[in-house]
Amino acid sequence: MPQITIDGKRIEASAGKTIIEAATESGIMIPHFCWHPSLSVAGNCRMCLVNVGMPKRAPDGSTERNPDGSPVIQYAPKMQIACATPIADGMVVELSDKRTETAQNAVMEFLLINHPLDCPICDEAGTCKLQEYSFTHSVGKSRFDDPKWHKDKRVPLGPNVMYDAERCILCSRCIRFADEVAEQHVLTFVERNDHVYVDTFPGVTFDSQYSMNTIELCPVGALTSRDFRFKARVWEMSFNDSICPGCSRGCNMQIGVRDNQIQRLEPQTNMHVNQYWMCDHGRLTQYDFVNTNRVQEPMIRRDGQLVPVSWDEAYKAAANLLKRYKHSEIMVVSSSRASNEDNYMLANFARKTLKTENIDFPLHTDESFADSLLRTADRSPNSRGASETGAGNSRRGVDFAHLLARINSGSIKALYVMCEDFAESAEMTAALGKVETLIVHASNNNAVTAAAHVVFAASTYAEAGGTYVNVQKRVQHFRPAVVTQENSRTTGMKMSRWDKFGTQYDRWAQGERRNCRQNWNIVQGVANLLGGDWHFKSSEDVFSDLAHHVAPFKGMTYELLDEHQGLILDRADSPEPKKEVYKSFTMKPN
Amino acid sequence: MNVTKNTEKERMTFWEKIYLPEIARGLGLTLKQMFKPTFVRQYPEERWEPLGSYRGRPVLVLEEDGERCVACGLCARVCPALAIEVRASETEQEKERYPMLFEINMLRCIYCGFCEEVCPEEAIVMSKDYDLVFTSTEDAVLGKDKLLMPVEQLQDRLEFLRRWR
Repeated sequence: MPQITIDGKRIEASAGKTIIEAATESGIMIPHFCWHPSLSVAGNCRMCLVNVGMPKRAPDGSTERNPDGSPVIQYAPKMQIACATPIADGMVVELSDKRTETAQNAVMEFLLINHPLDCPICDEAGTCKLQEYSFTHSVGKSRFDDPKWHKDKRVPLGPNVMYDAERCILCSRCIRFADEVAEQHVLTFVERNDHVYVDTFPGVTFDSQYSMNTIELCPVGALTSRDFRFKARVWEMSFNDSICPGCSRGCNMQIGVRDNQIQRLEPQTNMHVNQYWMCDHGRLTQYDFVNTNRVQEPMIRRDGQLVPVSWDEAYKAAANLLKRYKHSEIMVVSSSRASNEDNYMLANFARKTLKTENIDFPLHTDESFADSLLRTADRSPNSRGASETGAGNSRRGVDFAHLLARINSGSIKALYVMCEDFAESAEMTAALGKVETLIVHASNNNAVTAAAHVVFAASTYAEAGGTYVNVQKRVQHFRPAVVTQENSRTTGMKMSRWDKFGTQYDRWAQGERRNCRQNWNIVQGVANLLGGDWHFKSSEDVFSDLAHHVAPFKGMTYELLDEHQGLILDRADSPEPKKEVYKSFTMKPN
Repeated sequence: MNVTKNTEKERMTFWEKIYLPEIARGLGLTLKQMFKPTFVRQYPEERWEPLGSYRGRPVLVLEEDGERCVACGLCARVCPALAIEVRASETEQEKERYPMLFEINMLRCIYCGFCEEVCPEEAIVMSKDYDLVFTSTEDAVLGKDKLLMPVEQLQDRLEFLRRWR
């Protein structure tokens, strides 16, 4: 393998790699705008210009040597762009010498000639490569006196992406993304010279299912989210790692929260699952239900009305209701939308406490949702995990397919539903009226809660800690991002400055702390009144118990899952080798 | 050892010790002041007008076509006392964003002027208001209605900033 020297550090990389690839692999960041590891090389921003040298050869082919024996380095007359120069054995790359620094400063000066510098308005401020490099690679002075060239500032490229031509540095990352990853060939450069801007071809819009990835991809604030536009500044939000619950791919993402309300979702790099991307559907639909239409507190039905009660009262009511029925008359509906921890507890509750085999979960399949990149037909994040943890049917009890008939015939009289809304089946919703007892865990008000006798306010994925098993059998850990009365700030959540220092007297710190609990905790509360003896304190406790008892999870802990960005079922002892994760922005706060 | 000695110089003299002459001296000083010109200001009626360099209550500059503030949130970020809350929204004007909500909690404000210093639009400046009275905690949180001040009233401060900053 060729050995090269970057800034005096010797690194090894396989032949054919470019300088910037070799450097990124060994953790050295060469400043760049247009280069991205998963896109083709454009080489148009010139930010990665570096001083490149090779050992000098004598006419006879031997290497010339200094008196001390080291090879004489002959630098190339012109500087090379690191993103398009392949490495060669013995190559010397200078990142911090005078020549490279002068070139970087010159490129920054050129890029900023027509840049409006409207950072106070720009949503990108705080995660902007141009801002970062203005600090690190620019002297901050311009010799350009003429008025700046003005372009359109609000051009919708598609339903989700807004384009600001003035801020654009014409790196073509979005164009290459649309062509190569999203495979929607609609973006192009228009005009020439300093008049150039990005536009869609006439008659088409950039409405790809992956269009919003260009927002993170854009090194400046030229492409911004129409959904998020001006909702919050980056440094005002806390970002916690989570998993998108939109389909069984389980894209890694970060949840941006301000005032305890989710403001935006953005992809988190995981090369084994979603790479750098996430679909627009995921980011646009997977946070609204956390913020709005929530079940505020536990409720029980008295005289036909749902009335709020304390948690203990609700547990007691549910336990008393369940005591009335024979084991075979109770059906427990687990959920492919709930975490492994929740399903594991529910399965134990059904089999050991209620002593019934009537447990199953519905599938949410939609063939039209699937595509070749990330989206899968299984619209629930954890159907694999639900069956692995024992929350599926074991063929000895009633399964979900037969549930409707059993309710109608009257052999199932009590229904314990965790986090399922039966929205896909109108018959099922109608049949709920025939059930004598309906106990539900629900995060949002829906048709099931309207018919229920006991409603437990359940946490959503954003308020709970847990694990999902994705379509590739990968167990992935997600953390709580939104604070509830149950999960206070003690669980290692990341906090913004405002979260840390707000008091009860500050209006901006008075985001709602909801009175909801995680599903496993609710199950534990009911089970302990029916003879169970569980004392789990956190979802991590549940998971270690689960890893102890369920064979495919053997050896897994939250710590290991975080370290390896998820582990494959049955393969906790042989994780994939860890790789350097490419991060476009290095100065992102929180 | 950090011990001070009672030196000869610091000890009271005989005349000071007997006390009465000193009383007479004090009364004499008071009597003398009664015939000198006074410096007392009849405060609420007669107000003191500070100079441009004075850091009073922070206010938002209001120009003819609206406020200067674009709700960038830097003042809220830099505020050491976390007194400022800004929420942005979009407008159709050339400056795309404006503060939908801008509040300064004057009970938290320490008049340090960092918000003014960091403001990229010169939109928040320190005014000359120094006598702030509140009767409740809620009153002390000033919204946009109380913060916006026409640019004409802030000329002294803006001039000061231009010359000395």
